Amino acid sequence: MNIIDRRPNPKGKSLANRQRFIDRARGEVKRALSDALKRRKVGESDGGEKVSIPTRGITEPMFHRASSGGWRDYIVPGNKKFVVGDTIERPPSGENDGRGSASPEDGGEQDAFEFVLSKEEFLNLFFEDLELPDLVKTRLKESEATQLSRAGFSIAGTPANLNLVRTMRNSLARRISLHRPTPSEIAALQRQVDAALAADDAEGAAQGSLDLDNAQRKARRVAYIDPVDVRYNRFERVPKPNTQAVMFCLMDVSGSMTEAMKDLAKRFFLLLHVFLTRRYKLVEIVFIRHTSNAQEVDEETFFHSRETGGTIVSTALEEMLRIVRDRYNPANWNIYAAQASDGDNYTEDSDRCSLLLGGEILPLSQYFAYIEVGAEATLRHGFPSPPTDLWRTYGQIAAERSNFAMRKVADPTQIFPVFHELFAKQRENA
Amino acid sequence: MVAADMVEEPSGLLFEGPEWDFDKLRRVYDAIEDIALNEFGLDVYPSQIEVITSEQMLDAYASIGLPLMYRHWSFGKRFAREEALYRHGLQGLAYEIVINSSPCISYIMEENSMAMQTLVLSHAAFGHNHFFKNNYLFRQWTDATGILDYLTFARDFVSHTEEQHGVEAVERVLDAAHALMNHGVHRYARPPKLNLEEERQRQEDRRRYFEENYDDIWRTTLIGEKREEDVSARAKQRTEIRRKLGLPEENILYFLEKRAPRLEPWQRELVRIVRHISQYFYPQKQTRLMNEGCATFVHYEIMTRLHEKGLINDGTFLEALHSHTSVIFQPDFDDPRYHGINPYALGFAMMRDIKRICLEPSDEDREWFPDIAGNRDPYGTLRHAWANYRDESFVLQYLSPRLIREFRLFRVLDEAGNDALIVRAIHDERGYRDIRRSLARHYDLARHDPDIQIRDVDLAGDRCLVLTHAVHNGILLDEPSCRAVLDHLGELWRYGIRLEEIDASSDRVLKTHEVPARL
Repeated sequence: MNIIDRRPNPKGKSLANRQRFIDRARGEVKRALSDALKRRKVGESDGGEKVSIPTRGITEPMFHRASSGGWRDYIVPGNKKFVVGDTIERPPSGENDGRGSASPEDGGEQDAFEFVLSKEEFLNLFFEDLELPDLVKTRLKESEATQLSRAGFSIAGTPANLNLVRTMRNSLARRISLHRPTPSEIAALQRQVDAALAADDAEGAAQGSLDLDNAQRKARRVAYIDPVDVRYNRFERVPKPNTQAVMFCLMDVSGSMTEAMKDLAKRFFLLLHVFLTRRYKLVEIVFIRHTSNAQEVDEETFFHSRETGGTIVSTALEEMLRIVRDRYNPANWNIYAAQASDGDNYTEDSDRCSLLLGGEILPLSQYFAYIEVGAEATLRHGFPSPPTDLWRTYGQIAAERSNFAMRKVADPTQIFPVFHELFAKQRENA
Repeated sequence: MVAADMVEEPSGLLFEGPEWDFDKLRRVYDAIEDIALNEFGLDVYPSQIEVITSEQMLDAYASIGLPLMYRHWSFGKRFAREEALYRHGLQGLAYEIVINSSPCISYIMEENSMAMQTLVLSHAAFGHNHFFKNNYLFRQWTDATGILDYLTFARDFVSHTEEQHGVEAVERVLDAAHALMNHGVHRYARPPKLNLEEERQRQEDRRRYFEENYDDIWRTTLIGEKREEDVSARAKQRTEIRRKLGLPEENILYFLEKRAPRLEPWQRELVRIVRHISQYFYPQKQTRLMNEGCATFVHYEIMTRLHEKGLINDGTFLEALHSHTSVIFQPDFDDPRYHGINPYALGFAMMRDIKRICLEPSDEDREWFPDIAGNRDPYGTLRHAWANYRDESFVLQYLSPRLIREFRLFRVLDEAGNDALIVRAIHDERGYRDIRRSLARHYDLARHDPDIQIRDVDLAGDRCLVLTHAVHNGILLDEPSCRAVLDHLGELWRYGIRLEEIDASSDRVLKTHEVPARL
């Protein structure tokens, strides 16, 4: 008999198979993901995602008999009251009344197949070919924050940074090269002298004590640890990439925004947040809602409370600027903003909006996306509806600024394509 | 007597407490071996015990319990599912996996307590091991010494082929072959022993042969084009071709491997690998009830003996019993937990019943089992049963009236068109034989898997492959899955396929499925 401990063996023998499975089910998984996203909250992007995908495409079919029709008999345990000739109501179909040897390999079909994707797998699939606009990189160079990073050894430093291993290695090398006698060699000489004295060998004793004396003198002269041996760990300050971002969600909550429109906006915000979390260690979210005036609110209020009043977009932009000034120094924060609106605006406000956006907000921000959510009816209309006030205003800015983008969305299914379009890798343009 | 060797524990116990270590495992193994071989007369392959973690156990699950396996997405799917079930606590992991090989490899989990390890060692390293070594199906159909080598060959071949022809191409063939796996078994002729060197050589020969020769199947088309005038001569020729091709053939994978006209040599080899693995598992499918019954009975008896001999304490014994009883739990049919007849429960009950019949038979037993009742040799009788039966014949031979009463088995008839099910037999004098016969039939794989055969190939015409499904009791094939499998079959055959469902009693064609040729 042999006992073998296999525990130290590499784990994850199935990883390659798992990867193949996910590749295989890629299409299905992606569809399941966008469903799963509907349930999430904007700030909730940690952890993996449980996805349930239909078995289509990943079935392993086998020939097996149909579950209904024909003539069949079962042997069942646990008879309590039946006698021969009794009748039992047929259990609802789909209910397995237990064939004695029914096994899972029987070809038992499942309707859906549920498994958990790790966070990494989830995000990789989701943002498979998306990239943050290249602007970020220019920004990174300017960042001022630094962090310490190990950078070899130095001969000067504080005792706390003393590198013992290096120091002792230098010391040993020096002692060997200078022939510093070791304590055991000195002890041996001492024994030699003692032995000579004990044997009354005067000449040997004199010679011995001379050697001993030399050795001891040399040991005193060649220090055990010399200042030249000492080494310290060296640290260098390296510029730290800006790894924090703030994301502003701006939304018009006036009466003209319906629940469906808000839902569209929410999905877009959600996607942007997940995407940003992939790039930055810390992503803060600021929700600003506005009607004819703007205020910062929490997520719950942002999406679910209703307000009445006119629509003045510039108030939201001002509020955003104020918050940036107060809390988010553009030198330390990457600023992203997404604005959702149905496009209504107080006509006189348009100029002010374009001034605020073009003159102040865009120079501070990494990216500003404007999503115009429309009721489906207006877009499905035979004629394209005339552009809204805001759309016209922003249209001019979009032409001038590369970090501003605007899109129309009318239907939940368009959210992902639009998002995809905004962030699709644009190597050639960069 | 034995306790004299076990000087390590002054109390005579092999171990105390839940912690296990390798010394304890060894000591316990030796004590179990003594009981198993000398008292029960078991005959086992040498054992190899491998300790693994739960994660590795999941890995092992995913590759259908084999230690080595080629790569395929379906194993990843199985892994994902098992992992999800396990993580959610819906399903515990098996305590062990045992592999029919020589040496017999038993995986045991590090999480198990020492009491559980003792139980698992008895169960796997002796119960299953004895069954693998002695049952006639395993002896005739599988080659325990060759399987690990063969799996190595298969894994290397698949990965080599993937490099040569691309993962996708290989996957297509494997998918198709997997779909036909249950129909890749020789049911009646014994397969030759596997030999690694020969496999390699044969694969190489095949490659060369195909490079040098045309396949017969191509040449026969020319004959077809000669426009035979005489109809009877033509019919004769077709019979001749069918005889040459060995039709009808129920091993579909075998036929494809040998005869499919448009497969590359490497594709044939892949089909062959799947076919071999299917063949390897065929005996296990036919003996699940007996195999688990045997292992459960052996661990129960061994734990009892260890306890009687004072080698394990009451706590250990109770822990083992607790686990044992949950394994052999059989819920009634109206219980929400009911999921068919538990093979552990029925298997174990039948083995114990045989022991009882041998030692304390009742008058009824003497009437039903005259040759074993009261023969005072329970282990000899059981060893004989383990060696010479499979599930179907075992139930037919040994299911006693007493057990039918204990399980309160009854037979229900379900006929399409009737609104209600009818009880046809219960546990009474008139029902025993009826129930026994029907239950045995349920364990008959040949009746369980649909009976599908290749009947004809139209070599002179469009090379359409004709399959038949012999329909018993009016139960047709499940339509969607049948269509999907035929698609896979088309992937390998490449020409048209027709599957006819023919009623076995009247020869009437009930339904026809067709797949067009892929050109």
